Amino acid sequence: MFLKYDVIVVGAGHAGCEAAAAAANMGSKVLLITMNMQTIAQMSCNPAMGGIAKGQIVREIDALGGYSGIVSDKSMIQFRMLNKSKGPGMWSPRTQNDRVLFANTWREMLEQTPNIDFWQDTVNGLIVSRGTIEGVVTGMGHSIYAKSVVLTNGTFLNGVIHIGEKQFGGGRMGEKGATGITEQLVSLGFDSARLKTGTPPRIDGRSLDYTKMEVQEGDEEIVGFSYLPIERIKPKQQRCCWITYTSQEVHDILKTGFEKSPMYQGRIKGSGPRYCPSIEDKVTRFAEKDRHQLFVEPEGWNTVEIYVNGFSTSLPEEVQYKALSSVPGFEKCKFFRPGYAIEYDYFPPTQLTYTLETKLVNNLFFAGQINGTTGYEEAACQGLMAGINAHRKAKDLEPVSLGRNEAYIGVLIDDLINKGTDEPYRMFTSRAEFRTLLRQDNADLRLTELGHSIGLASDERLALMLAKRGKVENLKNKLAAFSVEPAQVNEFLQENNSSALVERTRAIKLLLRPGIGIKEMATAIPALAVEMDEPDMLVVEQAEIQVKYDVYIEKEKELVKKMEGLESLMIPETFNYEKLHAISTEARQKLAKIKPRTLGQASRISGVNPSDVQILMVYMGR
Amino acid sequence: MPFPGPILLFPAYTDACLHLQLVQSPDMYTINDTIVAPATPPGEGALGIIRLSGTDAVDIVAGIFSGKPLKEQKSHTAHFGKIKDGTRVIDEVVVTLFCAPHSYTGENIVEISCHGSQYVLQQVTSLCLSRGARLAKPGEFTLRAFLKGKMDLAQAEAVADLIASHSGAAHRAAINNLRGGFSARLKAMREELIKFSALIELELDFSEEDVTFADRPQLYSLVADLTDTTTALLQSFKLGNIVKNGVSVAIIGKPNTGKSTLLNTLLDEERAIVSDIAGTTRDTIEETLNIDGILFRLIDTAGIRDHSIDIIENIGMERSKTAMEQADIVVYLFDVMTSDPQQVSQQKATFEANGMQYIMAGNKVDAAGILQAKQKFGDDVVYISAKNKDNIHKLKDLLYQKVIAGGVNPEDTLVTNARHYGALQDVLASLQDVKAGMDNNLPGDLVTLDIRRSLHYLGDITGEVTTEDKLDYIFSKFCIGK
Repeated sequence: MFLKYDVIVVGAGHAGCEAAAAAANMGSKVLLITMNMQTIAQMSCNPAMGGIAKGQIVREIDALGGYSGIVSDKSMIQFRMLNKSKGPGMWSPRTQNDRVLFANTWREMLEQTPNIDFWQDTVNGLIVSRGTIEGVVTGMGHSIYAKSVVLTNGTFLNGVIHIGEKQFGGGRMGEKGATGITEQLVSLGFDSARLKTGTPPRIDGRSLDYTKMEVQEGDEEIVGFSYLPIERIKPKQQRCCWITYTSQEVHDILKTGFEKSPMYQGRIKGSGPRYCPSIEDKVTRFAEKDRHQLFVEPEGWNTVEIYVNGFSTSLPEEVQYKALSSVPGFEKCKFFRPGYAIEYDYFPPTQLTYTLETKLVNNLFFAGQINGTTGYEEAACQGLMAGINAHRKAKDLEPVSLGRNEAYIGVLIDDLINKGTDEPYRMFTSRAEFRTLLRQDNADLRLTELGHSIGLASDERLALMLAKRGKVENLKNKLAAFSVEPAQVNEFLQENNSSALVERTRAIKLLLRPGIGIKEMATAIPALAVEMDEPDMLVVEQAEIQVKYDVYIEKEKELVKKMEGLESLMIPETFNYEKLHAISTEARQKLAKIKPRTLGQASRISGVNPSDVQILMVYMGR
Repeated sequence: MPFPGPILLFPAYTDACLHLQLVQSPDMYTINDTIVAPATPPGEGALGIIRLSGTDAVDIVAGIFSGKPLKEQKSHTAHFGKIKDGTRVIDEVVVTLFCAPHSYTGENIVEISCHGSQYVLQQVTSLCLSRGARLAKPGEFTLRAFLKGKMDLAQAEAVADLIASHSGAAHRAAINNLRGGFSARLKAMREELIKFSALIELELDFSEEDVTFADRPQLYSLVADLTDTTTALLQSFKLGNIVKNGVSVAIIGKPNTGKSTLLNTLLDEERAIVSDIAGTTRDTIEETLNIDGILFRLIDTAGIRDHSIDIIENIGMERSKTAMEQADIVVYLFDVMTSDPQQVSQQKATFEANGMQYIMAGNKVDAAGILQAKQKFGDDVVYISAKNKDNIHKLKDLLYQKVIAGGVNPEDTLVTNARHYGALQDVLASLQDVKAGMDNNLPGDLVTLDIRRSLHYLGDITGEVTTEDKLDYIFSKFCIGK
């Protein structure tokens, strides 16, 4: 009944969808198995994509040839470029999305991708022979075979949902969990542990009084995620969000439910994300704060459902209801469903290699929350990389991985496999050493060639990127050659609080001044606009960033160079760490377990100190 | 209110500027064997010490030692006995035991104090070699201490300095650094900076959230403090260098002003101390002078001081010029009876114009003549009589003051190492970039970029960041047996 596949992907969330699409687009025969064909690409938590550091990841996925950027662009109801007042490394695109449209768009794109077959079933066993995966066994009793398998189980592995004192098995509200896989993997020698995450209540928007909240509009210009020309909504069509705040009164009501809280009673064993804490966590940990911010986000174009971002909770429903009813604008709120916490199994990701393949079982790949991460974007990019490498493994091709200086995706995977995580891992810009290099505006320039060379990014993408690169260089050359006379520009400079010119200056030099942009300069100097002849604002912006932040870009490149020294020092696979008596037992065990490929990687393993690396270096050196 | 999340800093990564050839079993750094070397310098001395380090150190010595059974003795004990080659007695010795891990290298260490004959030391060393020890390579004892985690890189470097210290101040500086004074200072700076940048990072990554952070002025003053500390450390390099290598002092002046006498007087007074040092120094035996623990190297511009005046007249100017250029401090000596005040002040102006450190010394002044001399040559001259040894202490005070005039206390942490100096300059430059960034109201991500660079360079010194270069450099400075 089933083909023998190149790649089976288990789970059709953000990770699974990207994995299936990538492997299929590169030429693998792919089977995507999901428990429910109706819940492909669910936004289980907030109806938004991107944000700080996450927006950069979505653009990287897009540059490599993944789908998340396109899907987000097609289903957005609002776009904002966050952090525009900071340096360009911090600019972060974010969309509010129509939850249903997002899922439908994903399904549509997958259905239109040749090479993907679908099967609705539960996987509850793996077929492993001599240390290599050969396929999966399903709840309906089918054995399906493939060269590579990607597990993207999300929160479904032994998932337990908690609301107050109630608890029930499930992978998502109203959906059953998955059992069997964890037990089998543990019997194969894998370590597993528990994590917890949560989600806020969903509210009937018709019951809210928005006049008591602040409005948050979308941007006047919609950049989007994808580097492809995509038909996006017009700025004026955007939906707005709202901001409101909790109060001391709300906190007091919340506290009345603490004794029935699963967290406080110790029923939840898994650790939750410190960065996305539940409202009860916030109230306890930031006891001195008398209010917390809440974002009130619409769930789509055609629904009244509202997502209360910042109010994630697993307190009893009536406490959730009472507390939220005391928030300005929510006095008469009606619940669609309460918030809840979910506990699930994950496999500490130090058990993986750079390709997200497990060290214990060949050709078995993990991506997404099963690796201890949180967030759609984090999951999607792992799915993409696992899909790429599952395909390449199936076809006997060299593995593909990204460096910390190449992509946030590289930072994420390097962190996961070397440091592991004991709380849901979320990406931050501060995790990246080279924030100014890993910008959202240049992900195509960084990654599209790689994506194309492995057969994932289309010819169209490559052509667009090369054209952009050429135009940017051309524009920079023109700016370097164009001389500006004081008389042409002094009025404009004065208007922008910039000191007047006394002699002729190159346009490129003026651009280094704060507050002076290409666009504004070209408006002030018509001759420059004629000379530039560049209608593509993205090209203009790219040239401007490269010129304005050149000093910083070069500084980071210098640090990259230093890092690359250690990255180029390969540690032989057979290196015997047992003879390193000089280093701590912990470091020795970690090194022996993780088997770093390079001294650079060794230096990033948690528990391995700089002095340990020096000692390792002495042993390897000479 | 600080956001009580973890400090999210990029992982400390190490760097390497050169590419290594990988060898599976490098013979230099196998540390399973026992090494041996004389620990005292070559030459005749009352005592000579041979040191062994390694698992078999006690066994090896027990096999050639007649006295108490060494293997049954406790750590940190000394034992009298004979070293024998078969039945032939080589020397009567005292053997001191240090058992792992409570020793310098963290391994078993045995020190054999012999009589200081080169023949004896050589014989005992050969015996140890024949019993399975291996001759230690330069710096290998300290390398082992480093490999065993007994010290960090800066401390290992301090050992090299300590061994080479020729004066009290050099000794103090080295000891301070060995105890981790320098490392501790830098680590404290690093921690402050990490805290600082973590706050900005939080501000950046949580800019959408309603969280508050430490106020900017506070962060501003932290950067100012760190800049001051770095500047002081950099300034201390000059003193550190001086402390390590001595201060060169050129005594110049016209013929017959008494330079030679002054030199002799200065040296005479210090003869006892000088000869103490002379025993342990090599190239600066003669004209060194120790003032309050700081070593001065007197450059003898007269050089041929007991010879013909004609020669001095012929080549004196040339020599003086060279000496002046090389010296840290110039003492200009003139005869108060015969010198022209205008010429003296012209000379002074020349020193000033060249930005030199100088002392004007009027010679041949007796107690009664000082007032008169002052009227003639002014107050900023030290009046001495080299012949009668009058006011020589004032001249010495002045020399000492010149050295520590930078407001640097020699008791403080001193930067004595050129590698540290270079890295500190990078630290300072990036800290200045941080401040400039804040002055210009640059966004936090760009400011933290420079903070990250400062952290990187600071780590360069303490070994948070390392290069094979550095390890090579540090351990090659040791002499064998150290």
